[in-house]
Amino acid sequence: MTFFAEIFEGLRISWAAIRANRMRSVLTTLGVIIGVLTVTMMATAINGLNSTFQTSISIMGADVVYVQRFGWFMDRNEWLRSRNRREITMEQVRGVERQLTTAQAISPVAMTRKDLVYQRRNGGAVQIIGTTEKQVETGGLNMSQGRFFAAAEVEGARPVCVIGDDVATRMFPNESPLGRRLQVGDRTLEVVGVVEKRGRFLGMFSLDEVVFLPVTFFFNAYEQRPDLRIDVKVGSLAGIEETREELIGIMRKLRKTPPGAPDDFAINQQEAFVQNFNKVGGTIAALGLFVTGLSLFVGGIGIMNIMFVSVSERTKEIGIRRAIGAKRRTILLQFLIESVLLCVMGGIIALLLSAPITLVVALFLPAALSPSIILIALGVSITTGVISGFVPAYRASQMSPVDALRTE
Amino acid sequence: MSLIDIQRISRLYQMGTETIHALRDVTLQIQRGEYLAIMGPSGSGKSTLMNILGCLDTPSGGKFVLNNSDVSVMDDNALSEIRNREIGFVFQSFNLLARSTALQNVELPMIYAGVPKSERHKRAMDALSAVGLADRVHHRPNELSGGQRQRVAVARALVNRPSILLADEPTGNLDSKTGVEILALFEELATKGNTIIVVTHEEEVAQHSRRIVRLRDGLVAADEILHKNGAAAPETPVFPPIHASAHAGPPPVPPGAH
Repeated sequence: MTFFAEIFEGLRISWAAIRANRMRSVLTTLGVIIGVLTVTMMATAINGLNSTFQTSISIMGADVVYVQRFGWFMDRNEWLRSRNRREITMEQVRGVERQLTTAQAISPVAMTRKDLVYQRRNGGAVQIIGTTEKQVETGGLNMSQGRFFAAAEVEGARPVCVIGDDVATRMFPNESPLGRRLQVGDRTLEVVGVVEKRGRFLGMFSLDEVVFLPVTFFFNAYEQRPDLRIDVKVGSLAGIEETREELIGIMRKLRKTPPGAPDDFAINQQEAFVQNFNKVGGTIAALGLFVTGLSLFVGGIGIMNIMFVSVSERTKEIGIRRAIGAKRRTILLQFLIESVLLCVMGGIIALLLSAPITLVVALFLPAALSPSIILIALGVSITTGVISGFVPAYRASQMSPVDALRTE
Repeated sequence: MSLIDIQRISRLYQMGTETIHALRDVTLQIQRGEYLAIMGPSGSGKSTLMNILGCLDTPSGGKFVLNNSDVSVMDDNALSEIRNREIGFVFQSFNLLARSTALQNVELPMIYAGVPKSERHKRAMDALSAVGLADRVHHRPNELSGGQRQRVAVARALVNRPSILLADEPTGNLDSKTGVEILALFEELATKGNTIIVVTHEEEVAQHSRRIVRLRDGLVAADEILHKNGAAAPETPVFPPIHASAHAGPPPVPPGAH
């Protein structure tokens, strides 16, 4: 009861004191505003990166491994050592399909870029993916219109294609794309389906700017022996390691890798992305922490400074309160409340400022002001207030009542 | 049992290498209900004695028993509570909180005492009415005259029903007419049984009391009882001293009984 009454009284007095020195208070909070603004922006950026990453991962499916000629993250030396590796061929894909027992679905992927033309509309170059009907499973595709091409169409190398959402809206703005004849490179294909919107990968490139067509057609029309990627959907995260081992064995046999020689292919999985991302994210966070810490430190020094001024200005008041029965603890609390209040006000102003800034940033980067960020910002403000207000408040609480009363 | 029992207290200050004896050897008993003035020229130790009486300071030596508890051995927290409950201060420069209203100023001691909000409000209003400021409760100190400010200070001093009202030059910042009014208020409070100690260097102010203790060089130089006519027995106090009824001891000693 007493404690709450004291807090309430402390708040009332602090508010009055802050209002009585409006200009000074605002200038003092400026440091905290900048500090908290950095915290908020930093947290927003990291949050944004994280969530983009998570969505990107889940678009691709976390339980899919990719057998490729090269690893995803290679340094210069690795690259030099592995640049002479042979392509992954369709025969190897067939071999894997035949021998692999621990996977749910396997599909080859051949990639190139071709220009799209529909009637007189030129759609520019988009990514062309030659694959099989199994891509629906390995790529986790959902259809928004029509269907994916069937096994028989792959078998027969039929001129059919399935387009991404962006391609559909761009090339066929006013009509259904189904049944239309789309020119891909110098071939014309019939559109049989549209894939549901998938978004951007890591906020960078669109996964909807794509045309899927039968890999067999790809061989006939564009490239006879492209370097293939083999997408393998394991079916469960727990099974990834087993599948990986099995894949290594099968691929080595198919590619006739001499015993003892290192693998001349790579099995990529998103975990590599996760690790790489965490490394980058950690660096960003550490750097951010340093910058934020620095600006908060400067802001905190400002608060501490003004609190010393406030304490010495109000020495008489401290004396009066002590004479009336305020304990040391009460005085300490009162000045702590004042410094926390200053900082929280700064924090709130910073949040109000960061809302429009976040909106602007969101145009370029995925960013959002989440409740957790608001909590972090307020927590940081309160902590800054307590830390920077403690020494002045402690000094105020230790004043002798007689000396405090004697000052004018 | 005396309300205040001071036995041979002293207070030393260290000023550089020099030791100053602000109080040398003071022994003093004050009974409940007394209206007493402490006088002396500057440097006589009267401020130091007031600080010790008000539990703002502790003696270097000797014993100070207030209301049966030995104050000279208490720590800061306990002293704060004693100041809050047992002592009401009235200062020369009023010492009200500038940014708080009269009501808030009077409520403050009760906040520190943990009095619930509604009771706080009621008692503060009553206290302000008792000093004739019922229509000024929401005014801030700078909107009040000197006399009104001192009345707020008196209301604040008495609102926790302390054992002692301790006034330090209460009329020092007032014109003579207002000063007389405040002294009349003290007279009224004394008549109602409150214990009042006034520290002053003005003989005229001291003459309003019923006992004068004169200090010189940190020692009691004289202790005089003033005999007055027409001093009545205490009526029902507006601010009943907190222990007056709880105590089984004798009722407040009527002035002139010494």
